[in-house]
Amino acid sequence: MRGVDWEVVIGMEVHVQPRTRSKMFCGCAIAELNAPPNTHVCEVCLGLPGVLPVPNQAAVEACLKTALALNCEIPRHTKFDRKNYMYPDLPKGYQISQYDLPMSINGRLELGERRVRIRRVHLEEDTGKLVHAGDKLHRAWESYVDLNRAGVPLMEIVSEPDLRSADEARDYAVELQTLLRTIGASTADMERGQLRAEPNISIRRAGSDELGVKTELKNINSFRALHRAINFEVERQKEVLESGGAVVQETRGWSEAEQRTFSQRSKEFAEDYRYFPEPDIPPLELDRAWIEELRAALPELPSLRRSRLAGQLPVGLANAIGADRELADLYESAVAKGAPALATANWIVNEVAPTGKLTSGANLAELIRLVDGGAITRDQAREAYLESADTGRTPAEIVTEHGYTQVSDESELRVLAEAVIDANPKATADFRAGKKQALQALMADLRKRAPHANPKAANEVLAKLLG
Amino acid sequence: MPLTRDQVRHVATLARLGLEPGDEEFYADQLSGILGHIDRLQRLDTEDIPPTAQVVEVASRLRDDEPRPCLTQAEALANAPAAVDGFFRVPAIQEEA
Repeated sequence: MRGVDWEVVIGMEVHVQPRTRSKMFCGCAIAELNAPPNTHVCEVCLGLPGVLPVPNQAAVEACLKTALALNCEIPRHTKFDRKNYMYPDLPKGYQISQYDLPMSINGRLELGERRVRIRRVHLEEDTGKLVHAGDKLHRAWESYVDLNRAGVPLMEIVSEPDLRSADEARDYAVELQTLLRTIGASTADMERGQLRAEPNISIRRAGSDELGVKTELKNINSFRALHRAINFEVERQKEVLESGGAVVQETRGWSEAEQRTFSQRSKEFAEDYRYFPEPDIPPLELDRAWIEELRAALPELPSLRRSRLAGQLPVGLANAIGADRELADLYESAVAKGAPALATANWIVNEVAPTGKLTSGANLAELIRLVDGGAITRDQAREAYLESADTGRTPAEIVTEHGYTQVSDESELRVLAEAVIDANPKATADFRAGKKQALQALMADLRKRAPHANPKAANEVLAKLLG
Repeated sequence: MPLTRDQVRHVATLARLGLEPGDEEFYADQLSGILGHIDRLQRLDTEDIPPTAQVVEVASRLRDDEPRPCLTQAEALANAPAAVDGFFRVPAIQEEA
């Protein structure tokens, strides 16, 4: 089998916590990650006898918006089902999920040239959290259960096996995150477990139509880990098959510390979950007018916005700004106020994105005019921007108040440059002896003495005096 | 079609039910009777009847996303056979042997 060309086949299951204040079927508030254990639980999410779960409207709405943004069909009838399995993080002995009548089906997500079909987007509830403790020597292990997370809403977004590489799988997850944030369905923070990507991976001989045996990867906490875990798993499967073995269908965990996947448990067959309709929740008949309202209220989706931005900006800038709705809104409103596109985009990527501080489009347009016109230095502009974002005051006011100004006048700069040359005889001599880097030391001293100096003009004056 | 003893054992394992000697035949008989009755129902002509998962004729209501008070930690743990530091304590569950 050596020398065979393999094709990688990946489908993605992505669990997303929709933005809600309370749990999926009860009124318990969503706990912060560091909340004390079992402080956000009630009779319903503890699975005590005689309670009735009632679905959360905001979770249903977030799921519908996500489904609509992914071009899914919303069937007329949908219902919840019980998925039965025994595990201590599941207090009821079953998870309320959706089986044969999910909230939505048959969608798609475009990733450049690649169209990824979405099989379904459905709603379910999260499980609790297990903490394992004990010592290996005495084999005295026990587990502790925190049910704060039990019953937290989750959307599950299932794709068809349409992805062909770790790069595509990562791009898919990133695009989903952007989409979910754009439509306000979720904050989708991977580190906080609000977006969990579980790739299903198999390989097959290039040209074959049959799917190979797949493994499912869990414990992936970042886009980088997703990429690495898939590449590791693909290589592992190649080695197994090329040495004459067979891939076992199973769930494997990604170990960030060891940078490898390891076997967790053999996949239970679907019928082992003994799904049956949840008797405590009547079927949902979703109001079609409500669905159409949600569809009409969707904002412009990231792929469309990116292609519009790509008409005005280099592709890297268009993608960076198009990936974040707030940045894209800021960019477009500043440009609408007359700010030049390229300078505005660069400012947003370099100065706004890293700080996460936003001001109005009008304020940003004014600021860009001040920097571009040479009235203030870039450092001053940065200060003025942050102050404007914090206080809402206009950059012009702030600049006037602080007396920010940029010295570009050649005679003033010449006096400064002469002082710097006098104070740095060694650097001056080095420069004149041909060490061009010495100019940087002189410039640094000049800017320390006169932060208001226009760096470009000062550089020219200094070079002229030295030359 | 009657259930086999293996099927009964499998279902009991999934449900964490302990079976005594002789239980497998006993439950295989009983469960086969129930399945036989379902098979009879399957033969009814239901062509023009919409499928349903519920006998009550109501569509589900949704709940407003308003947090309500939960139980205290002490109340939540009050019925637990074992608890430690605010957690339920259970026998060891190991992800990897």
